[in-house]
Amino acid sequence: MTIRTTATSFLLAAAAALLGGCSWLPTVKPIQPWVKPYERERLADPIMSLTREGLSAKHFEHVHDVREGARGATGVQGGGCGCN
Amino acid sequence: MWRRLLALLSGLLGGVFAAGPARALDLPEDGATALFHLFTGGGVDAYGPAVLVRKKLFDKVSLTGTYYMDAVSNASIDVVTTASKYHEVRNEFGLAADYVYRETQIRFGLSTSHEPDYTANAGALDIAQEVFSGMTTISLGVSRGADTVLKTGSPEFHQKASHWQYRLGATQILSPSWIMSANFEMLADDGFLGSPYRVARAFGTTVPERNPRTRTGRAIKFRLLGDLGARDSVFFGYRFFSDTWDIKAHTAEMGYSRYFGDDWLADIYARYYTQTGAIFYSNDATTETVFLSRNRQLSTYNNGALGAKLQYALRRGGGYDLRLNGALEYTRFKFKDFTDVRTGELYGYSSVVMQLFLTANY
Repeated sequence: MTIRTTATSFLLAAAAALLGGCSWLPTVKPIQPWVKPYERERLADPIMSLTREGLSAKHFEHVHDVREGARGATGVQGGGCGCN
Repeated sequence: MWRRLLALLSGLLGGVFAAGPARALDLPEDGATALFHLFTGGGVDAYGPAVLVRKKLFDKVSLTGTYYMDAVSNASIDVVTTASKYHEVRNEFGLAADYVYRETQIRFGLSTSHEPDYTANAGALDIAQEVFSGMTTISLGVSRGADTVLKTGSPEFHQKASHWQYRLGATQILSPSWIMSANFEMLADDGFLGSPYRVARAFGTTVPERNPRTRTGRAIKFRLLGDLGARDSVFFGYRFFSDTWDIKAHTAEMGYSRYFGDDWLADIYARYYTQTGAIFYSNDATTETVFLSRNRQLSTYNNGALGAKLQYALRRGGGYDLRLNGALEYTRFKFKDFTDVRTGELYGYSSVVMQLFLTANY
């Protein structure tokens, strides 16, 4: 077994022990979802959607991509274009 | 303190992966959108129709087909000072399939875009997974693009460019009325990354543009959306971008949406964008460099935009919904080190984007 494999195994075992709950860790209950499904009615309204109209958002994204140096991370799945 | 931190971390991870699902993701609704778009500003007019049609198959898969057309009339400052005005048409076709199984949504899409001198083909795969009883959605995605660049009037010119994009995102419900998202994307481009028509300036004369053949960028965006309780909502967004060409860009957005009566929905928003220029950008170079560009998109500049959208429900219920939408955005561009060679003054222009579209869901 090489030094690298031994070190990797050790790190994985340590991480598993940490996340698995070592005896020296104080016992805590897992954090529970604090917004219940029946409390999410307002979030389902279209005005709470991050991308409401896909085709319209895609056009605005294209307009910005063509004229600005920055791109990406907008959450809109882009297509190819001759943006250069 | 470290013990407390580790306990909190293990508790949070335990909660994310142990919590059972409360609801499953749904396939997108069947629907169609017909849109007319227009951009005008800086000597460029681009307009045309776009269509989207979405249909479920066997309640397992949803197919989306899109068509997008740009009729471009270009008399921008680059064109009028170094070439002559031109017209061209770009056609883009896209096809995507969504598949949902319990809390997982998989989307695969293909697109192809054609201009007389530029062809771009792209494919994308995105996976979204709901965890933590649907309070958190984690998404992963990858895109690959392959372009062919030609030059009108120069049949010997034939270049390629390829693009890879890798993205990771999370959307988190914060409270019954607030939601936030964080998206990260890596972008890697290689090949011919410029324009075969554009020229640079050095020592007061025009010289061919020389761009690097690789570019790697990183973008991270945060969004926060809140329901204000009076059938209205507010939105904040911020994105930071940087790349190996030394461009650093900040984008800040905010908006407000409100219903008026049962049939009207209005949005107003503001957007501010600022960037530093690429390391090899020069308005008029005074030293010899390997790479040189006078592409104003790579210069130091900023723009500010104000926009509004209005939606009217023509029909609700009875098997389908029909909505008429309009959008208008005004933008002012100010360049810090790009001059109009005819006057020697710093360049700037205003643009208007307009959309008019009809959306049906059934």
